[in-house]
Amino acid sequence: MKVHEYQGKEVLARYGVAVPKGILITEASEARAAADELGGKVVVKAQIHAGGRGKGGGVKLAANPDEAVEHAKQILGMTLVTKQTGPEGRLVRRVLIEEALPIDRELYLGIVLDRSEGFPVMMASKFGGMSIEEVAEENPDAILKAYFDPDVGLHPYLSRQLAFGLGLEGDAFKAGTRFMHALAKAYAETDASLFEINPMVTTTDGRVVALDAKASFDDSAMYRHKDLAELRDLDEEEPLEVEASKYDLNYIKLDGNIGCMVNGAGLAMATMDIIKHYGGEPANFLDVGGDASQERVAAAFRILLSDPSVQGVLVNIFGGIVRCDMVARGVVAAAEEVNLSVPLVVRLEGTNVEEGRRVLAESGLDLIVGEGMADAAEKVVTAVGRTS
Amino acid sequence: MSIWVNSETKVVVQGLTGKEGRFHAEKCREYGTQIVAGVTPGKAGQDVDGVPVFNTVIDAVGATGANASLIFVPPPFAADAVLEAADAGLEVVVCITEGIPARDMIRVQRILQGLPTRMIGGNCPGIITPGECKLGIMPGHISIPGPIGVVSRSGTLTYEAIGQLTGLGLGQSTCLGIGGDALPGTNFIDCLEAFEEDNQTEGIVMIGEIGGSAEEEAAEFVKEFVSKPVVAFIAGQTAPPGRRMGHAGAIISGGKGTAADKIAALEDAGIAVADTPAEIGITMKNLMDAEPLG
Repeated sequence: MKVHEYQGKEVLARYGVAVPKGILITEASEARAAADELGGKVVVKAQIHAGGRGKGGGVKLAANPDEAVEHAKQILGMTLVTKQTGPEGRLVRRVLIEEALPIDRELYLGIVLDRSEGFPVMMASKFGGMSIEEVAEENPDAILKAYFDPDVGLHPYLSRQLAFGLGLEGDAFKAGTRFMHALAKAYAETDASLFEINPMVTTTDGRVVALDAKASFDDSAMYRHKDLAELRDLDEEEPLEVEASKYDLNYIKLDGNIGCMVNGAGLAMATMDIIKHYGGEPANFLDVGGDASQERVAAAFRILLSDPSVQGVLVNIFGGIVRCDMVARGVVAAAEEVNLSVPLVVRLEGTNVEEGRRVLAESGLDLIVGEGMADAAEKVVTAVGRTS
Repeated sequence: MSIWVNSETKVVVQGLTGKEGRFHAEKCREYGTQIVAGVTPGKAGQDVDGVPVFNTVIDAVGATGANASLIFVPPPFAADAVLEAADAGLEVVVCITEGIPARDMIRVQRILQGLPTRMIGGNCPGIITPGECKLGIMPGHISIPGPIGVVSRSGTLTYEAIGQLTGLGLGQSTCLGIGGDALPGTNFIDCLEAFEEDNQTEGIVMIGEIGGSAEEEAAEFVKEFVSKPVVAFIAGQTAPPGRRMGHAGAIISGGKGTAADKIAALEDAGIAVADTPAEIGITMKNLMDAEPLG
């Protein structure tokens, strides 16, 4: 689960991570009071769940409160396009006004789960402002790493290694190691999946501060962090995906025109792949889950058909414990319920498959039966090709 | 032979009294699996369809001699259930539960490192040795005994592959899903190593997906240590970066974990990668037909 920068900073501050003083506003008129309170010279930052905000014009330095109001007027309500938002961009509903700091150096600090090692890894680099992927590509030796066990915490020698490696000295060295311990503690105690402080800055007066903060948390652990779960911002999510999540459906919208409904995440991905292989473009990823009941299938149909680009649907179900005839009845009832008007290809396999195919054949529905994944994919691609 | 489970395996079901536990334990029994006990704290003395229930795994093991566990407990308690099973000395622990927090799995992996227990899952369909033992939620009837080992990060896509193999007359030694989470208890390499050592297994099907680097590491392992033919498929070739495709572990992040990278690594290791999910079975069949017997 992603959160906004201002939310991430609030969470980090609770664990002792140094962050700039900031005030969140939703009306441009509030910018003046905020800037006054923060010392006049401030940074005005758009709050959306996407990186690259600065380049898109969503982060601006204001020399005084007047400028802060001007910038806030421009940024609030704008559709911010960055390389992470896609061409449609994202509406800016909130702006963070932050004190401007006397920056000395810009560094990078992040924590992510290293799946191969089975532990979180703290990564540091001298190249603040650059994405860690870029640094990894161009200069992999410039990334310093420290693995830690969240049950134990970051060993002091590890933070010293990183701080020496970053070239921190004096007050900044002490502040830097404190920062690292606070960040590691926050990571462990909040069930975070990613923290990225880019840049983490040193100031001319020897402080180390999180100038930006990107945080995301483990969805599976949110049951034990009710306060964090409340930080979810549905405005930042695709409406159809939000709707799908109400039915416990895993739906991700894509750019193609063939809607797919599949049971199981792996098979759903494989179904997208085979559609593409036969020259089609999947409109979505949709995992209806193991039981594929009529209710869920109907909800899934409604959701994938409310995407106007869908011109055909492929249902691919491998009935395991759930019998194919049950699934077939669910598909038929759901297709009737939603008044399906685009070509529908159904491929069923598994337990009671003959009975399932008979149910489909006798339904009177205008559907195409696929024999195997390849045949089904070919048929739906052909059917959509005919209509479009 | 087979790997990890067989007709001798005696199973305790943790969470047997729950709806799912009861349903799937019954299916496993119908398949012929020896389900000897259930565990639900506070419900000792009850029975579920004739299977005695105990308060603790250690009690269940003492009374029945169980040597494996099948876990259906909800996510907040799943990691603890795995540790309880390991502490009772069970050899194989299959955790079906989906949604175990990553932090819990970090702890479980660290503790299990020093123990003989093999944990499979979480978020997995389980393991089946056809005709002998089914420890999981997969349909039993699609498998037949034979020479192919199957390992996968997926559920239904595994059934798809098994169905294709069976349809072509290629039976299986053991099939297992290692689960779609970021930190699985058993990884591809563990399975490849076991299949390589298993006499019954003559070929291996490995089904991966986007996210992480488990497939790349498996490819390195195959290159060096696996002499048997391996067929692979990677799901998610069309998945967009940065999005979690259902499975917690299936996400391309920072340009890493793409299907293209994985396929390149697998092919580099001499593994036959099926172009489409519909060709997993036939690719294996062609390899087996080409392979001189013995």
